Amino acid sequence: MPFRFGHMLGIEALSAEEILFLLDQSKPFQEIQRHPLKKLATLRGKTVALAFFENSTRTRISFATAASRLGADQMNLQAEASSLKKGESLLDTVRTLDAMRPDCIVMRHSSSGAPDFVARNLDLPVINAGDGTHEHPTQALLDALTIRDKRGTLNGLNVTILGDILHSRVARSNIHLLSKFGCRITVCGPPMWVPREIECIAPGAAVRRVIRIEEALEGADVVMTLRVQQERMHEPSLAAEEYVLQYQLTPERLQLAKPDALVLHPGPMIRGLEIDPAVADGPQSCVLEQVTNGVAVRMAILFLMVADTFSERDSSHAAD
Amino acid sequence: MRIVEKNQLMTATEIDRTIQRLAAEIVEKSGGTSNLALIGIRRRGVPLSQRIAQSMRGNGGVSVPVGTLDITLYRDDLSKVAAHPVLQSSEIPFTVDDKDIVLVDDVLYTGRTIRAAMNGLFDLGRPKRVRLCVLIDRGHREMPIEASFVGRNVQTSDAEIVEVRLNEIDHEERVMLVERVD
Repeated sequence: MPFRFGHMLGIEALSAEEILFLLDQSKPFQEIQRHPLKKLATLRGKTVALAFFENSTRTRISFATAASRLGADQMNLQAEASSLKKGESLLDTVRTLDAMRPDCIVMRHSSSGAPDFVARNLDLPVINAGDGTHEHPTQALLDALTIRDKRGTLNGLNVTILGDILHSRVARSNIHLLSKFGCRITVCGPPMWVPREIECIAPGAAVRRVIRIEEALEGADVVMTLRVQQERMHEPSLAAEEYVLQYQLTPERLQLAKPDALVLHPGPMIRGLEIDPAVADGPQSCVLEQVTNGVAVRMAILFLMVADTFSERDSSHAAD
Repeated sequence: MRIVEKNQLMTATEIDRTIQRLAAEIVEKSGGTSNLALIGIRRRGVPLSQRIAQSMRGNGGVSVPVGTLDITLYRDDLSKVAAHPVLQSSEIPFTVDDKDIVLVDDVLYTGRTIRAAMNGLFDLGRPKRVRLCVLIDRGHREMPIEASFVGRNVQTSDAEIVEVRLNEIDHEERVMLVERVD
């Protein structure tokens, strides 16, 4: 059963069926990553605007790679080079982009809700590539794809998320997504980074707040480590050494999780801070699969939102 | 718009006999099966290619590699309105380089599906030769494409549709000529 997606603003509003459809539609694109010739002409003549009002390396490159492999052209807007620095409003900037006639806009912004605002004001599909502390839907989808490939299912897993939950849009999107599949989620980190409100982020979500990492890891099927944002270390003061001591994911601590627990990290990863290099490079680490899957998920989303569609009686042969 | 069934073009027995004949013809014209590989085009080319391979195993005892190709991403007519296509994976568990490939589909009509399939195929490598095998050729080509192996040629009008129904997909086994009535 195909679904239509007008925008891709967040995971919260999606149903479990829609999420599974997106993951299924990513499978053919995973396969294309293994082809000797990775370039399709499916979106030839289409233009994807990449509007990154906040710095990003991997997400921007991942979307750009996805667009290129589908044959689409790109417009690039980057924070440092943009007229925002000169005082132009967000709406004026995106209207200017829109006037150059892209077929969709992929957007990252430091303000939560900025992509929703743009979606309401432009007649153009908007893909959220991360907004403030709100959502990062494509990251949660690529994480889910990675987990499902390794585990065969998303249903009923024990997932532990470690680190700065308060400021993390990755954590929020993942909690929304995994909750829809009945996962039990444990969030763990220094108390000021793990707000009590996270336990009631979504109706019916089983989210547990734990302060001690040893308790949080016990029985986990999946451990997600978040990047410790160094710039946040001082608010209120928390020394990096203290974080390493109490919250670093080490091989010893990982042993508390299930023996085959998966380790995920959205990157960029700071070795020796939130994660021990032995874990980052260990057999349970899925970090590089996540990156590869990211391109596949973004190709699927761009295809679903940008490709013109066709009618068919038989789902495989419209013309024949 | 209604769809009216006009007449039956093939019975289950005729489909089976045609597949046996096509398999024998492919082996004969290829001088054996040593470098041969079959690729079924989704959806109904897939069971057809498997049945042809099965028949080849029966004849010469040789196992011919079989793959499946989903052509959705290579279509040139995605823009013809309405529902979004559902993508499926292509599964080609062998290298196509230097292989003697036979593409298998149920009906040859405009030739656009085959053009798309060749684009998809050449993204995977460089086959030595590519030929096409179809159960039904109904005419009305829009591309310079012809099949090397044809089960049956059928004269049709543009309003008519040839429906190949196979047990694996449709839970019945026959070929029907139907017509769109506005």
